[in-house]
Amino acid sequence: MIVPSQTDKPICIELRGVTKVYGIGLAAMYALRGIDLQVKEGDFVAVMGPSGSGKSTCLNILGCLDTPTTGTYLFKGLDVGQLDRNQRARLRRHYLGFIFQGYNLLYRTSATENVELPLIYRGIPFRQRRAQARHALEAVGLKGWEKHSPNELSGGQQQRVAIARAIVSGSAVLMADEPTGNLDMSRSHEIMELLVNLNRQQGITIVMVTHEQAMASYAKRVVHFLDGLVESDKQNGSLM
Amino acid sequence: MLWDTIFLALREIRRNVMRSFLTILGIVIGVASVITMVTLGGGATVQVTQQIASLGSNLLMVTPGKRMGPGQRSTSAPFRVKDAEAIARDVQSVGAVAPAASKPATAILGNENWFTAITGTDNQYLRVRNWSLKEGRQFSDSELRAGAAVCVIGNTVRQKLFGGLDPIGSRIRLGKLSFQVIGLLEAKGQSSMGTDQDDLVLLPLRTFQRRISGNQDVSLIQVSVRDGESTEKAQQDIERLMRERRHIAPNADDDFSVMDMKEITKMLTGTTQVLTGLLGAVAAVSLLVGGIGIMNIMLVSVTERTREIGTRLAIGALEREVLMQFLVEAVVLSSTGGLFGILLGLAGCLGLKDALKVPFVFNPGIVLVAFLFSAAVGVVFGYFPARKAARLDPIEALRHE
Repeated sequence: MIVPSQTDKPICIELRGVTKVYGIGLAAMYALRGIDLQVKEGDFVAVMGPSGSGKSTCLNILGCLDTPTTGTYLFKGLDVGQLDRNQRARLRRHYLGFIFQGYNLLYRTSATENVELPLIYRGIPFRQRRAQARHALEAVGLKGWEKHSPNELSGGQQQRVAIARAIVSGSAVLMADEPTGNLDMSRSHEIMELLVNLNRQQGITIVMVTHEQAMASYAKRVVHFLDGLVESDKQNGSLM
Repeated sequence: MLWDTIFLALREIRRNVMRSFLTILGIVIGVASVITMVTLGGGATVQVTQQIASLGSNLLMVTPGKRMGPGQRSTSAPFRVKDAEAIARDVQSVGAVAPAASKPATAILGNENWFTAITGTDNQYLRVRNWSLKEGRQFSDSELRAGAAVCVIGNTVRQKLFGGLDPIGSRIRLGKLSFQVIGLLEAKGQSSMGTDQDDLVLLPLRTFQRRISGNQDVSLIQVSVRDGESTEKAQQDIERLMRERRHIAPNADDDFSVMDMKEITKMLTGTTQVLTGLLGAVAAVSLLVGGIGIMNIMLVSVTERTREIGTRLAIGALEREVLMQFLVEAVVLSSTGGLFGILLGLAGCLGLKDALKVPFVFNPGIVLVAFLFSAAVGVVFGYFPARKAARLDPIEALRHE
C-alpha cells in the first residue's frame, strides 16, 4: 500500500487515478482527469493552477466534502470513497480543519464561541471547551480579543479566528482554500507565517489552494494543476 | 449534547432578537386567545353551576311519566297528595316535600291582565326552593285545609298588575274566581335556563284542585334532601317507594322519574362546555397560523444561514445534529411564544372578568395543554426547514453568497 518515500514520515493523503465528472453523457464535464498525489504527514503543499484547472474540486475531495467519480482516495489508509455522508462528517470532525477565503465565521458570535464550534460537535464539556478555545486564540495571536464578534475584527484577525477554529480540536490536517484571497499583502504574509509556524512547530499537515506565487513560496512543495491533471510537482528549494 | 443544542439555539435567537419576537407573535396571540377563551368559558360554567346550586343542590324532582329523551315523556297516572305524604313519612333522609300542580292562566286586576302560571302547592314549596317572602305571610293551616281563595304572587306578576302599589290585601281574578293576595315572593330573577322565575302565582293545593283543575292530580313532587344525607340514597328510596305504591312489576320500567339537580346541572354545563370548546377550537386555528409563521421564518433563516450550515457541515456536524439544531431552535421559539401567550392570556382573563361578569377560574390543565401544543407546533412546523438545512450539500452551501 504505502509507497516507499524519501523521508521516514508516513503517507497521510493519497490519490490514485482520481477523476471527477459533473453531469453525464454529452454534457459530462471532467473537473479532474486522473490525479495521482501523495502527501506525507507534516508536509505543506500549495496547489496552484488557473481557474477551472480542478484545484478546488481536488481540495473538496481531499477535505472529504466530496467523493471521486473514479479512482481511490486514501486518508491515512482509509478509503474515503467507501464512506457515507455521516462517516465522512465524523472523519472531518476528528482529523480535518478548514480555512476558507471568506473566513465563514458565525456573525454576531464572539471569537471564543466561533472557535468552540468544532468542540461542541465533538461533545467536549463547556469548561474544557472554553479553555481549549482560549488556548487556540492565544496560539494565533488573538489573546485579548476573545469576546469580540467578527464585525469588530479586521480581515486578518477574522482569518486568525478561523485558523484557531481549524486547529482547536488538534486536527492533523488543514485544508486551506485561498486563505489570503481577501487580505492585503502584509496581512497575507502574516497569515502565511502563522501557517508555516503551525506546520513547523506542531507538525500539522497543510494543503493550501492559492493562485498567488508569493503565497505558494511559503509551502514546502508546490503542485501545479492544469485541465484536471497534475502539470508539475516540485519541492520548494528555498525552504527545504 | 441536548443542553448544548438548546444553548446554541438560545444563542441563535439572541443573535436576532427583533425577528425572533415577531416570529413568535403569532404563537403568543394564538396561545393567549386559547387560554382566554377556555378560562372565561370555564368561569361561565362555574357561574351556571353556582346559579343552579342556589336553587338547592339537594333538590329532587319527582314527576309522573318516564323521561324518554329531551323534552319527551311517556304519559302515565299522575300522583296524589298521599304520594307526597308517603315520601315525607317513609323516606328518612328527606327534609321538605312539596306536592304541586300547575296550569297557565290569566291574572286580572282592574284593566291590567297578565298571562302567568298558577301553581297549587303548600308552604313546603318555599322551603324546598330556598325561597322567602318579601312581604305578607305564608298560607295558614286552615287556609290550606279549607282551600281558601288566597294567593302568594311572584315579583313579575306584582309589577305587571300593581306597578308600584302594595299588593298585600288586594284581590286579583284568576279565571272566574277572585283571590286575596296575602304574600309577595322575594325576586329571584332569571333562571340559568333563561326563564323568569318570578312569573308565578301560588295557591293552596286544595284550592287549585277544587277550583282550577277540578281533579285530585299532583303533577310534580319537589323534595329537598336533608343536609349531610346522600341524594343518591334518597333518590333510590323514593324510587323504591313509588314503585311499590304504583304497583310496578319487578322487571317493568318505572312510569315516573326522580330527577336530581346534578343531572340538570350536567345538561346545562354541557352546553357552555360545547361553546367553550368551539371558541377554543377557533383560537387553536390561530395557533396553527402562528406555526406557519414560524415555518416561514425558519425557512428564511435556513436560506440566510446557508454558508453557516455549510461551515458546520464542513467542520464535522452530522446531518442529525444540524436537523436537531434547527428543530430545537423552532421549538425553543414556539414554546417561548407559548409561555408569553399563557401570561398574556391569563392577564387578559383578569382584565375581562369584570367587563364580562364572569368569575376567573384558573385552569392548570389548559395552561399545560396550550404550552405542550405550542411546543408541538414548533416540532411540526420546524421539521421541514430543519430537514432542508440538514440535507444541504456542504460544498454548495459554502459557495452560497
